[in-house]
Amino acid sequence: MDMNFILDSIPIYGKAAWLTLWTGAAGIILSFVTGFICALVQYFKIPYARRVVGMYIELSRNTPLLIQLYFLYFGLPKLGVMLSGETCAVIGLTFLGGSYMAEAIRSGLESVEAIQFQSGLSLGLSKSQVTRYIISPQAFLTAMPALLANAVFLIKETSLFSAIAVKDLMFVALYQLGNVYKTEEIFLILIGFYLLILLPLTIIAGIAERRMQRVKYGV
Amino acid sequence: MSNTGFEILLNSKTWLRLIEGLWVTLRISLITVLISVVLGLILGIIASRKNLFGRVLCRVHLETVRIVPQLVLLFVAFFGLPRLYNIQISAESVAIMVFAFWASGEMGDLVRGAIISIPPHQTQSGLALGLANRQIFTYIILPQTVRRLIPPAINLITRVVKTTSLVSLIGMVDVFKVGKQIIDFNRFEYPGGAFWIYAVIFFLYFAICYPISKLSRRLEKRWKI
Repeated sequence: MDMNFILDSIPIYGKAAWLTLWTGAAGIILSFVTGFICALVQYFKIPYARRVVGMYIELSRNTPLLIQLYFLYFGLPKLGVMLSGETCAVIGLTFLGGSYMAEAIRSGLESVEAIQFQSGLSLGLSKSQVTRYIISPQAFLTAMPALLANAVFLIKETSLFSAIAVKDLMFVALYQLGNVYKTEEIFLILIGFYLLILLPLTIIAGIAERRMQRVKYGV
Repeated sequence: MSNTGFEILLNSKTWLRLIEGLWVTLRISLITVLISVVLGLILGIIASRKNLFGRVLCRVHLETVRIVPQLVLLFVAFFGLPRLYNIQISAESVAIMVFAFWASGEMGDLVRGAIISIPPHQTQSGLALGLANRQIFTYIILPQTVRRLIPPAINLITRVVKTTSLVSLIGMVDVFKVGKQIIDFNRFEYPGGAFWIYAVIFFLYFAICYPISKLSRRLEKRWKI
């Protein structure tokens, strides 16, 4: 184990971790927005749009992210659409994550009883007010564990970005593997950094899940 | 130039080679699924028991595969095993090992979830009727568990199929790598081929995974308790 090598490499990995973090965060936020819109379309059964959303969810859930990224990065330029690696990464992650978030939010929305909606309407609130102030807060609370699990899943998936030349943690590790033959040290740093990013998130997700169960069953 | 690269799909050799690659993808997925169903059942039963040691071990395994990205696991096994332990194995064996390691953890969690979702009064009623523990497990717990388990387990298959696309990154020639080779080979003749080939691979994966996830959802609806 070469401690000096590890200490020297940490700044490079730190930079890469930052890239992993911000592409991941951007992807998660955008997928959340996409997912929320899709979930609302399905919840309110908006004609036509509902079909499109259904098709999008099936396409996104049943294809691997790697293919989605390659299609964006290597396929689209042939049609004249040139995007940078980072843009492709965020778009790809959003395309994938949007459907997962949509499913989580939709089941959250559906878990709120219909009587709540009707009561809101009978109190004279408009449809959008009922959604904003009564349904959504409850739905998000119920969906929180699933949403956090999706966030962990999406950050994990960012490791594929290295395949389209985005210089994330995985990319730096692969580069170093080919240049300095310090396999053990490189993997140690790599896994260490992923743990650093994902462990707090998984712990929060675990706490959220236990809290939710307590809220639900009153134990 | 009217050459959009679409012509690349009119070549029958393109399709033959893609199907060859698809077979590799399916073979790895199938073996992985078989191994992880067996291991997952064992892990899940251990995790649902009261034995603390077994439970902790399963938990650590599950958290490891949940936190460390599959690609990292794949590279660690592919580059690390030969170096650390001087074990030389083919990329395919490494891929199957890593995916089975990951999928058996996920499967184990599904099994555990299905077992503990059976209310305890089922066991108690069985005992009150004078059944032995073994009988309660085989005739009461197991049939109900299987019903709750099969829909999510089928869904896990689609995840395995999707994850196998990573093997191209450790040098295996699966459907994805074949596509790349076709694109590179026709770079000058059909420069626009990349768009079409990746589009075809996209839909090939969809064509495999969509029916499976549809089946999973249908069973879930039918067996809803």
